[in-house]
Amino acid sequence: MNQQNITLINFGYLGKNFLEKIAEAVGQEFRYPVILKESHLDLSEFFDPGRRQYNGNKILQALNTSPTPKAFKTIGLFSVDLFIPILTFIFGQAMLNGQTGIASLFRLSNERYGIEADEKLLLERFTKEVIHELGHTFGLIHCMTPTCVMRSSTYVEDIDQKNQNLCHYCREKLTAVIPDQPVR
Amino acid sequence: MAKKISILIVDDEESVRDSLSNWFIEDGYQVECAENAKMALQLIESSYFDIVLTDIKMPGMDGLEMLRRIKSLRNDAIVIVMTAFASVNTAVMALKDGAFDYITKPFDPDDLSHLIRNASKQILLAQENEALKNKVVSLDSVEDLIGNSEAMKKVLKQVESVAQSNSSVIITGESGTGKELIARAIHANSSRKYYPLVSVHCGALTESLLESELFGHEKGAFTGAMYNRKGRFEMADSGTIFLDEIATISSKMQIELLRVLETKTFVRVGGNKETSSDFRVICATNRDLKSMVEQGLFREDLYYRLNVVNINVPPLRERVEDIPLLIDYFIKKYCSSMNKQPVTIDEAAMQRLEEYPFPGNIRELENMIERAIVIGNGKKITLKDLPFGKDMLDNSIESLDDFEKTFIRQILNKYSWNISRTAKALKVDRVTLYNKIKKYDLKPEE
Repeated sequence: MNQQNITLINFGYLGKNFLEKIAEAVGQEFRYPVILKESHLDLSEFFDPGRRQYNGNKILQALNTSPTPKAFKTIGLFSVDLFIPILTFIFGQAMLNGQTGIASLFRLSNERYGIEADEKLLLERFTKEVIHELGHTFGLIHCMTPTCVMRSSTYVEDIDQKNQNLCHYCREKLTAVIPDQPVR
Repeated sequence: MAKKISILIVDDEESVRDSLSNWFIEDGYQVECAENAKMALQLIESSYFDIVLTDIKMPGMDGLEMLRRIKSLRNDAIVIVMTAFASVNTAVMALKDGAFDYITKPFDPDDLSHLIRNASKQILLAQENEALKNKVVSLDSVEDLIGNSEAMKKVLKQVESVAQSNSSVIITGESGTGKELIARAIHANSSRKYYPLVSVHCGALTESLLESELFGHEKGAFTGAMYNRKGRFEMADSGTIFLDEIATISSKMQIELLRVLETKTFVRVGGNKETSSDFRVICATNRDLKSMVEQGLFREDLYYRLNVVNINVPPLRERVEDIPLLIDYFIKKYCSSMNKQPVTIDEAAMQRLEEYPFPGNIRELENMIERAIVIGNGKKITLKDLPFGKDMLDNSIESLDDFEKTFIRQILNKYSWNISRTAKALKVDRVTLYNKIKKYDLKPEE
């Protein structure tokens, strides 16, 4: 059956087991089949030597101009430090009501902040970030509900405060956009 | 958020515009972008933005010059300037010229969110402040509705039931009966009470002034239009608009008003962009609109659009039992505002007031009491403090005929043009009264 899917493309050399858990959570939240793919992208052209970071806008554009066949929504997964020209850093970004988003776990690990590594917490944070960016591609905007995954997060502590699920309000909005969500 | 906050982003770099735009759209704001100051000013002239976020260094007109021009168009505009080069001098200059704040690129995401949240808070506070002011005025007005008579109880019951709906209301009644107070009471008891009640006295404005007052105008739309100005319909967004003396508007304005009521959209004078507003309309008149429709003086379709609910405010002579209550209320009101000890009123004065037909209704009674308190002895209002006698004579009366005409008209009005009762009160027969009516060309007041 030629069914649409959500595709997560691994550009960041992330572990298979780690990604499968994220894919499972994404599938449960959006009720679409989730496909995992490995790919390579020469990130040097997106590197800004002045900021020593990677331009998230340009990466998103590049990803958007080479759509994945059959993918209803695509999220590129990275492990580099992303920025956009106006902000010092971003965890990820997506095209509102579009097809594409990106997320990076660069700033999500405890070690980045001088704290002991916690793989479980890293997985939770990255899962929330991927679901959040996917939410934007479905047209969801930032939500004021403190525990909703669509709540805006500036720091990792903010991510830890929220759940990895859509609140009732965002769920209703999602259902209105895709009433015939397939069951996985 | 009752209404989406709108942001205009001005920057010559496309990547900055796109990044900011995405960031704010994801936060639920309404965003437009301009790549230079000239384009931004054009947008500001044609649309309303709550916040303008502008770069300082841009080719052509720079951000500081644009800030000054925006402030000359809309002094209350919230403008945030941003630059890649942190310079205290530029920041100070921008703030002196009225910028809300200053931010250096690239921003920490948290700083940007805080900045916009603060600006939004200021906008919402200003809106809330305006709504609260109106609420206080409205609540005062409800207290001002004095009356224990059956006629007044009926009006108050109508106010209560109509307030909860969104229907258009026409309030009819003679001049001075308190039609505007009824409008305020309807607004104050409605779900729109936290939003503005905007009043327009249609009779006091010429057609072109009324048009500009209702729909607003763009800078340069006519001589003297130095700034963009919101119209009353726009100001009444989410609230109520009260159109007093609706019968006086021209046929051209009747057509325009009908269109606005049907679509809830309008275009500012000199503008080309449609603006929408969610308002409830309440009108008042002392004329008989239905007979004006029959005579072709008022559009029938507009009449039916406005006249969903009709509240008729009775004249004071039909609710004489309310006169003591009103006198008591006005005594307290004026003694308090003049820092005087509350006065009383003697029996003869009270009786005289109860017998008087009050052609000017409550407004006339209020003026009489205010005058009596000013000129009285500060203890008791007596007959001599009331303007009966020679003071009552209208300045236009210069002959015995004038006096007779005025007097007969007053008594006819008192008895609602019931010829038998009027003739009996004047102690003349009905034929004599008919002859006098014919002689002086008297007609029931419209």
